[in-house]
Amino acid sequence: MNGVHDMGGMDGFGKVEPEPNEPMFHADWEARVMAMVRAMGAAGAFNIDTSRYYRETLPPHVYLASSYYKKWLLGLEELLLEKGFIAKEEVAAGHAVQPPKPLKHGKFALDDVERVMVRGKFGRAASAPAKFKPGDKVRAKNIHPLTHTRLPRYVRGHVGVVERDHGCHVFPDSAAMEAGENPQWLYTVVFAGPELWGPESDPTVKISVDAFEPYLEPA
Amino acid sequence: MPRHTPASSPIFTAMSDHDHHHDHDHSELSETELRVRALETILTEKGYVEPAALDAIIQAYETRIGPHNGAQVVAKAWTDPAFKKALLEDGTKAVGTLGHVSRVGDHLVVVENTPDRHNMVVCTLCSCYPWEMLGLPPVWYKAAPYRSRAVKDPRGVLADFGVTLPKETEIRVWDSTAETRFLVLPMRPEGTEGWSEAQLADLVTRDSMIGTGFPKEPGAPS
Repeated sequence: MNGVHDMGGMDGFGKVEPEPNEPMFHADWEARVMAMVRAMGAAGAFNIDTSRYYRETLPPHVYLASSYYKKWLLGLEELLLEKGFIAKEEVAAGHAVQPPKPLKHGKFALDDVERVMVRGKFGRAASAPAKFKPGDKVRAKNIHPLTHTRLPRYVRGHVGVVERDHGCHVFPDSAAMEAGENPQWLYTVVFAGPELWGPESDPTVKISVDAFEPYLEPA
Repeated sequence: MPRHTPASSPIFTAMSDHDHHHDHDHSELSETELRVRALETILTEKGYVEPAALDAIIQAYETRIGPHNGAQVVAKAWTDPAFKKALLEDGTKAVGTLGHVSRVGDHLVVVENTPDRHNMVVCTLCSCYPWEMLGLPPVWYKAAPYRSRAVKDPRGVLADFGVTLPKETEIRVWDSTAETRFLVLPMRPEGTEGWSEAQLADLVTRDSMIGTGFPKEPGAPS
């Protein structure tokens, strides 16, 4: 979806402001939210793409005005409500009032912690040969899916070169909608700065995205 | 495809206008805090999570998983050419051979800075970051100014960090749009000949592995 989360190339957000000696969390609740998202994901309530999609579909004014972990909290609440893991009356009461919905991997317990400390595996067996190889010229398709996608707007319609082939990976556009993993070939595609930002832009800049095969066409 | 209509959802009605732009405002914080506690209570009472398991996740990031992991990898690459070669070929596999470093998931891609080319990592769509190597990302990495400008004006972004590169240096920006994760291998500072891995690791900063900074110079205050 063409949401405000797709920020590449937007103007007006001001300077980057690194915080010296930044603490890992700015409040205890941030840590709890981070851990709840990791735990509920690992327990099988949702996959990583679905959780991203719920944050992206926060109303634009909420997305832009919320701190990072506030977005995580809002996305998590909404997702758990929608998928029936929690109920509105429970959120209002601050307590469980309904029986639980079974989790795919069961309760997230202390023994499961080490498992979430290593990222999941997203590589999958290929079901068809790769259409592109390093060195190929490709165009990022001019597509505007209404649901989750990982092709940023700023490259759509532009021509780049395939630099790396990462094999087949879970396709986020499908996984986010719980429509299966639908594995697709994944490539690093490099674009010259002026191709994306116009002839006046810095010619020493190159930008790459990792693009799934359905995002690309020969150029 | 049917999906929720967030604007009308009850969970957003709690966010009135006064909440905006006041992340550190006391009343907003309290409201959020209560909401987070309520959610954890519900998840616990329903038997979905053990609070002790949440504590352990937080503790792991607070104590074990941070930029020191990436720094060890970089220092090793600076001193061991065979390891460096393996690291650039397959980051996950190479890091996996270092038992003492955090285990690392698939698709870690390590990109090398050279005198001619400077690498910089961003996630314009969200906040993808090599957690296992660098820990949790800093706020600026996840915020709009960096995400919007890194791909369009990387030299301007570097200037915000006080970093200036020769104008002919190629800048390569890696937008982390999939489950690949990128770690920058910065250039080894001059004047460190004969240094041990541990000494070198102390020079490697988090930002130098994102590409928004350089390693510390020998003798610089830590």
